Amino acid sequence: MKIKFITIKNGEAVPRNRIPHLAFDDFRNDALTIVGSGGNVVQFFVYPDTGGSLKMLAVLRSGNSLLTAGCDAPEIWPSFTAVHPPFNLFEREIAEQFGITPDKHPWLKMVRYHANYRGADDVFGNDYTQDIPGNYPYYAVKGEEIHEVAVGPVHAGVIEPGHFRFNCIGERVLHLEIQLGYQHRGVEQLLLNAPPLRFPIIGEGIAGDTAIGHSLCMAQAMEALSGIVPDPGARIVRTIALELERIANHIGDLGALSGDVAFLPVANYCGRMRGDFLNMSLLMCGNRFGKGLIRSGGVRFSPTNEDRGILSRRIKELKPQVEHTIDLLFSASSVRARFEGCGPVPTEDARKLGLVGPAGRGSGLSYDVRRCFPTEHYDRLDIPENLETGCDVYARARVRADEVLQSINMIQSLLRFPVETSCVQPNGFSMAPSSFTVTVNEAWRGEVSHAVLTDEEGKLLRYKIKDPSFHNWNALAMALRDTGISDFPLNNKSFNLSYCGVDL
Amino acid sequence: MTPIIIFIPAILSAPFFPAIILKVKAFFGGKKGPPLLIQYYTLAKLFKKGSVYSTSTTYIFKLGPMVSLSAALTALMFLPISGAAPLFSFKGDVLFVLYLLGLGRFFTIAAALDTASPFEGMGAAREAYFPIICEATTFMIFILFYRLTGELTLASFFYGNHPLELWRVAGAPLAFVVTAFFIVLLTENARVPVDDPATHLELTMIHEVMVLDHSGPDFGFIEMGSFCKLFFYAAIVSRLVFPFDLGHPAMNLAAFSLIMLLIYAAVGVIESVMARYRMDRVPKFVLTSFALAFVATIITLEFVK
Repeated sequence: MKIKFITIKNGEAVPRNRIPHLAFDDFRNDALTIVGSGGNVVQFFVYPDTGGSLKMLAVLRSGNSLLTAGCDAPEIWPSFTAVHPPFNLFEREIAEQFGITPDKHPWLKMVRYHANYRGADDVFGNDYTQDIPGNYPYYAVKGEEIHEVAVGPVHAGVIEPGHFRFNCIGERVLHLEIQLGYQHRGVEQLLLNAPPLRFPIIGEGIAGDTAIGHSLCMAQAMEALSGIVPDPGARIVRTIALELERIANHIGDLGALSGDVAFLPVANYCGRMRGDFLNMSLLMCGNRFGKGLIRSGGVRFSPTNEDRGILSRRIKELKPQVEHTIDLLFSASSVRARFEGCGPVPTEDARKLGLVGPAGRGSGLSYDVRRCFPTEHYDRLDIPENLETGCDVYARARVRADEVLQSINMIQSLLRFPVETSCVQPNGFSMAPSSFTVTVNEAWRGEVSHAVLTDEEGKLLRYKIKDPSFHNWNALAMALRDTGISDFPLNNKSFNLSYCGVDL
Repeated sequence: MTPIIIFIPAILSAPFFPAIILKVKAFFGGKKGPPLLIQYYTLAKLFKKGSVYSTSTTYIFKLGPMVSLSAALTALMFLPISGAAPLFSFKGDVLFVLYLLGLGRFFTIAAALDTASPFEGMGAAREAYFPIICEATTFMIFILFYRLTGELTLASFFYGNHPLELWRVAGAPLAFVVTAFFIVLLTENARVPVDDPATHLELTMIHEVMVLDHSGPDFGFIEMGSFCKLFFYAAIVSRLVFPFDLGHPAMNLAAFSLIMLLIYAAVGVIESVMARYRMDRVPKFVLTSFALAFVATIITLEFVK
């Protein structure tokens, strides 16, 4: 059978009439075939076309190509999730946003607890005048020795709100149900009515710890639609910024993992070094999280030769410290005893769930956007595979540790030569009418993707955001099965998924 | 010297020593750490506050902190601190003291269950499980001491140079006993590698989670109770590792204080250099203490015969 989906490039503007508009059955068959043969979902969403009719659009990836096609959205359709689980959250999101129903979806429940955009009847029968999480029967296990533990949405640590419901027998977790949505801000809808100058500000706030990842996706999408091409210097600065974000977050998480098993020295050292790397972003753009650096067309700040010198010196000083700390963490037998074999997500499960990022690589899925769909300066960098097959907390921690060291080397090599770029000034731009673009980047959690559709007048028709956490939350629930409940914080930290990135 | 002169300062100094642990941990983490009097500040802060009670709790919940503190205080009255005569001593007080501490734990657990919080229930289950093994160890140790001395009072084991007598009769196997008792100390007082007193993660806590709902003075009682309990175990260990009687009470006290500092520092070092065990591995660790005590008993009794 010939696949009717067409191949598009990462960050390329495509006229909408080039995207094949298939009959629903063909669309479904092709999508399931692609995902069934080792592909995964990058974007799958519904948008109201100018006429008001609902259309579906999917961007899938298979190997090193991005495939896309669309179709008319039926009111009720046979669920994709029932065949291939990676569609799970995407279908639930569609049902929630537009009030249309995936039939025989294995577990159709709300994602963010909001009324749909059309004002149609609610698919989940929720009354949105009630407080979150509304009237929702959590998955329950019954039995003499079963007990249920509810954690959150308000947590003991300074973390984001999310609700976790454990069904346990003694210390053993039978099932974990995760309910998010407490931080739903309506980002996608907000963008539709915002002036283009505000886009980057909103983009940086999608997930605060992935400010660079999201703003990069957004900038690339805007560049594709408006035909602006950033200069090579800007690409290098953006690459450095993305890698700095990766290092800071990975080091922070390694420290947190260490703290969770009460191994204090590494927790303390990592906490300090995370700050040191955040301060490098501060030096580059005046913000520790890299906000305000990336704008469509390039970057707003260009590192001077003096800045390069300072950055190189700091990295040279920190590198042995990072190596030593990582060594200390992984060579402590008591730490390894906790990490190894904890919270396994076997490769087979990981593939079925469609994991991305370090979590996927820790479970034997080598996918890395930097290698498969390189943007910015990545096509000239050699990105190793970083594959671990342990599938446990140790593997996920190891992948992150390896990535930290690689990223440090990358930044060192990029800083070796002067960077020349003309800083962009924020100004308006016009987007190509009736176009579509999708951008993917490897942020520190994995594949971030933005998809943008414009109408006949070059206005935003739909802005779709996908954080890598959207793929990975279910893996946390899987990891917890048959694991001790006291190991939940450790597993949670090994994934460290975004709440607000999913809540949007 | 009247025993009360030792007892009162001992109680007053109990909150001081845990700060040593914090200092050592801070040192390993490359930090300055809190001031040495931090626990006094904490207690003062807690006693200034009011208490909040959940509507689902009963008088058991209010009873818990008081019982656990009084149990720990009373237990200390039977202990020859720094080798000086204890406040009280009677035949069989070893059992009395053990079950006094057991009573304190029972009320802590009952108060935790009283809150009906799923977290506290989990903590209570863990707290009830691990100390059972500790109890077996402690019993084994006291059986050994009983066979060595023919007495069943804490005073007969730890007064003056009596511990030296234990060492003389038992010899090297007593080192096993010291190790075993140190493991009991770590377990009973919720230290790494059994529990993590510094964590904020309810799901991994053992002792801390049971007292989450206590606040203000009640929580102050609990904190004071746990300081006294740690002091109790550390004081026993100190008598075993430094069994000498220097002749003058002041010198004994000085030596005792020094050894106590070292023991608390040792706890701090352990907490700094190792991660805690996975929950299902903890029983094995605690059982090690029983095995050590058991081996020591078998070896020693053979020679004593």
